Amino acid sequence: MGRYVARRLLLTIPVLLGASFLIFAMVYALPGDPIRALAGERPLSPAVMAQLRDDFNLNDPLGVQYLKYVGDLLQGDLGTDFRGRAVTETIARTLPVTVKLTAVAVGFEIVIGIVAGVLAGIRRNGYFDNLVLVSTTIIVSIPILVLAFVTQFVFGLKLGWFPIAGTQEGIYSYLLPGLVLASGSLAYVARLTRTSLAENLRADYVRTARAKGLPQRTIIVRHTLRNSLIPVVTFIGADIGALLGGAIVTESVFNLPGMGREVYNAVRQQEGAVVVGIVTLMVFFFIFFNLVVDVLYAVLDPRIRYD
Amino acid sequence: MTTLPGSAPSVRDGGGSAPILAVEDLFVEFRTRENVVNAVNGISYTVSSGETLAILGESGSGKSVSAQAIMGILDTPPAQVPNGEIWFEGRNLLTLPAEEQRKVRGPGISMIFQDALSSLNPVYSVGFQIGEMFRAHRGLSRKEAKKHAVELMDRVRIPAAAQRVNDYPHQFSGGMRQRVMIAMAIALDPKILIADEPTTALDVTVQAQVMDLLKDLQRETGMGLVLITHDLGVVNEVADNVAVMYAGRIVERGTVDDVFTRPAHPYTEGLMNSVPNVEVKGGRLQPITGQPPNLSKIPSGCPFHPRCARRRLGAEAAPGRDCAGDRPPLRLVVPGREAACHYSEEVLGV
Repeated sequence: MGRYVARRLLLTIPVLLGASFLIFAMVYALPGDPIRALAGERPLSPAVMAQLRDDFNLNDPLGVQYLKYVGDLLQGDLGTDFRGRAVTETIARTLPVTVKLTAVAVGFEIVIGIVAGVLAGIRRNGYFDNLVLVSTTIIVSIPILVLAFVTQFVFGLKLGWFPIAGTQEGIYSYLLPGLVLASGSLAYVARLTRTSLAENLRADYVRTARAKGLPQRTIIVRHTLRNSLIPVVTFIGADIGALLGGAIVTESVFNLPGMGREVYNAVRQQEGAVVVGIVTLMVFFFIFFNLVVDVLYAVLDPRIRYD
Repeated sequence: MTTLPGSAPSVRDGGGSAPILAVEDLFVEFRTRENVVNAVNGISYTVSSGETLAILGESGSGKSVSAQAIMGILDTPPAQVPNGEIWFEGRNLLTLPAEEQRKVRGPGISMIFQDALSSLNPVYSVGFQIGEMFRAHRGLSRKEAKKHAVELMDRVRIPAAAQRVNDYPHQFSGGMRQRVMIAMAIALDPKILIADEPTTALDVTVQAQVMDLLKDLQRETGMGLVLITHDLGVVNEVADNVAVMYAGRIVERGTVDDVFTRPAHPYTEGLMNSVPNVEVKGGRLQPITGQPPNLSKIPSGCPFHPRCARRRLGAEAAPGRDCAGDRPPLRLVVPGREAACHYSEEVLGV
C-alpha cells in the first residue's frame, strides 16, 4: 500500500506540470492586452507599459515564460498579480472560504443524500422512494446557475431564511450556497445509495445474515449498508475535487470571497499568475482526493489490494 | 394431507423422542403483477434427531423455496405462505411473531447454502461472521465470540484456524469456504441443519470431504439434517430417507435403499434411469423427455403426466384415476413407502 501511494504521488508531478502548462498557454492565448486593460481609461506612458511588460515577463515567448514561472514555483513563489499582491497570499485569503463551502456541501451530500437513499432503498417503489425519484430528477435537470439564483431569491430575499450573500454571518452564510453547490451530487448520492442498497438487499450474504437469525437492524446496517456505501464513498471522494472547481458559479452568485470567485475575476482581468496558481491548485486537490478514494476503497473492501 | 402416522402430534406437544421438525401441508406462492407462481404445493415431512432426510428434485421443483419457508427467510412479498404449518419444539413457526422466529434461526434451525463465496459477506473476516452467531444470540463480546470462532473453525477442520480467523472469504478455497459456512451454521448446536445443495459448487473430491464432515458433525451432535440436492450419488451415500419433489409436490417418499432400488413413481424411475451406472456399460442414458412444468401453469391431474411414459388417459384409465384429470394424492403404497401416482403398484411391480 505504501509503495502504491508513493507511486501515485510521484505521478501527480507530471500531471500538475502538464495541467499548469495548458492553463498557462490558454491564458497566454487570451485576446487583448492585460496591461492596457489594467490601465483602464487613463493612458499609460509607453515607457511604463514597457517596464510593466518586462516585470511580468510578457515579452518572452510562451515557453520561456512558463519555464520562468516553474522556476519561481520551485522556490515557493507563485508570482504576483498586476497589483503587486503575491498569489500565495491571494490563495491563503480565499482558500479557507472555498474549503468551508465545500465542507458544508459535502456534509449535505453525506447526510441528506445517504439518508434519503437508504430510506428509498429499504422500501423500494414505496411512497418515499417515488418522492426521492421525482425530486432528484428535478434537481438534476436544473442548471446550477438557475438553482443558485432561484434559491437566493426565494430563501434569501423573499423568505429571509438565509443570508443573501457574503460571509458576514459565519457558517450560517455557507448553508444556502453549500446546498446549491451540493444539489446535483446530492441527488446522485441519493440515487446511488438507493440502487446499491436495493441491490445488496437481494445479495446471498444478506440471506445468510437472515438465516443466522441476526436482528433486522444488524442485517441492514452491518450486512447491507456497509457494502452498499462502497460505491457511494468512492463517488463522494472524487466529487470533493469536482466541488472545489464547481464553486466558481456558486461563489460568484452568493458573493463569497473564495477561490472560485477569485479565479473568475482573474480570468476576466487576464491575471495569468492568479489563474494558473489557483487552477493548478484545484487540479492538485482533484488528484489528491482521487488518491484518497483509492486508498479508502481498499480499506472498505478487503478484496482490493494494490501491492 | 398425508403425514407419517402418529408423527406430527408429538412435535406439536413438544415432547417425544421422534420428529423434531414437522412440515404440514406447506404452500408457497410468488405473486407478481402478471401471474402467480405456485412454487410449493402442499408438502409435508418430518425430520427426527439424527435423521438425514434428502429432498431430491430438479431446479424449480420447490425444494429450496420450501427450505427457505421453514427458515422464515423468504422475501415477502413477492413470496407468500398461504397455507401450512411448521412445527418445531412445540410451536408452529409460521404463527410466531417475527422476533420469536428470528430466535429460532441459528440455535434451533440453521441453514447452509450452495455458493459459499456469495453467501459470505466479502467485507468481514470469517471469524467475525462466525462470531456474530454468539454475539447476536448469546450476547458475547467480540473477543469471546472470536475465541469461539477459532474453536469452531478447528471443529470443521480448517487448518491453522487461529491464524486464519482474521482472513476474508475470498482468501479461502471453495471447500474451506463451505466449511466456514458449516461452522457458522453449527455454532449454536442447532437441532436441525438444512443444507441447500452444500456440495454442488465444489469439485468431486472436496464434495466427499464436506459430506463426510457433515455426517461426522451429525453423529456428534445428533442434529437432524435436511439435505436438499439434485445429486443422486450424494443422497445414496449419506441420506436415511428421501423425499422426491416434482412441481412443488412430494411425489415419492421412503428409505433411500427402497426408493433407489425400486422406485414407486415414474418420475423417480426416470431419474434413476438418467444416471450413468458403472455396472452397465455401453447402454445409452435415458433422459426424461420434455421439460419441468411452468409453475404458474401446472398441468391438471398428475403434474408429471405430460412427460410420463406410463400415463393413462381417458378410456385407458381406471375410474377416478385419469392421469390428466385426477390428481393422485401421496399415499401409502407398500409399508414405509408413499408415492403420488395412480399406478404405483404397477411401477413397483407388486
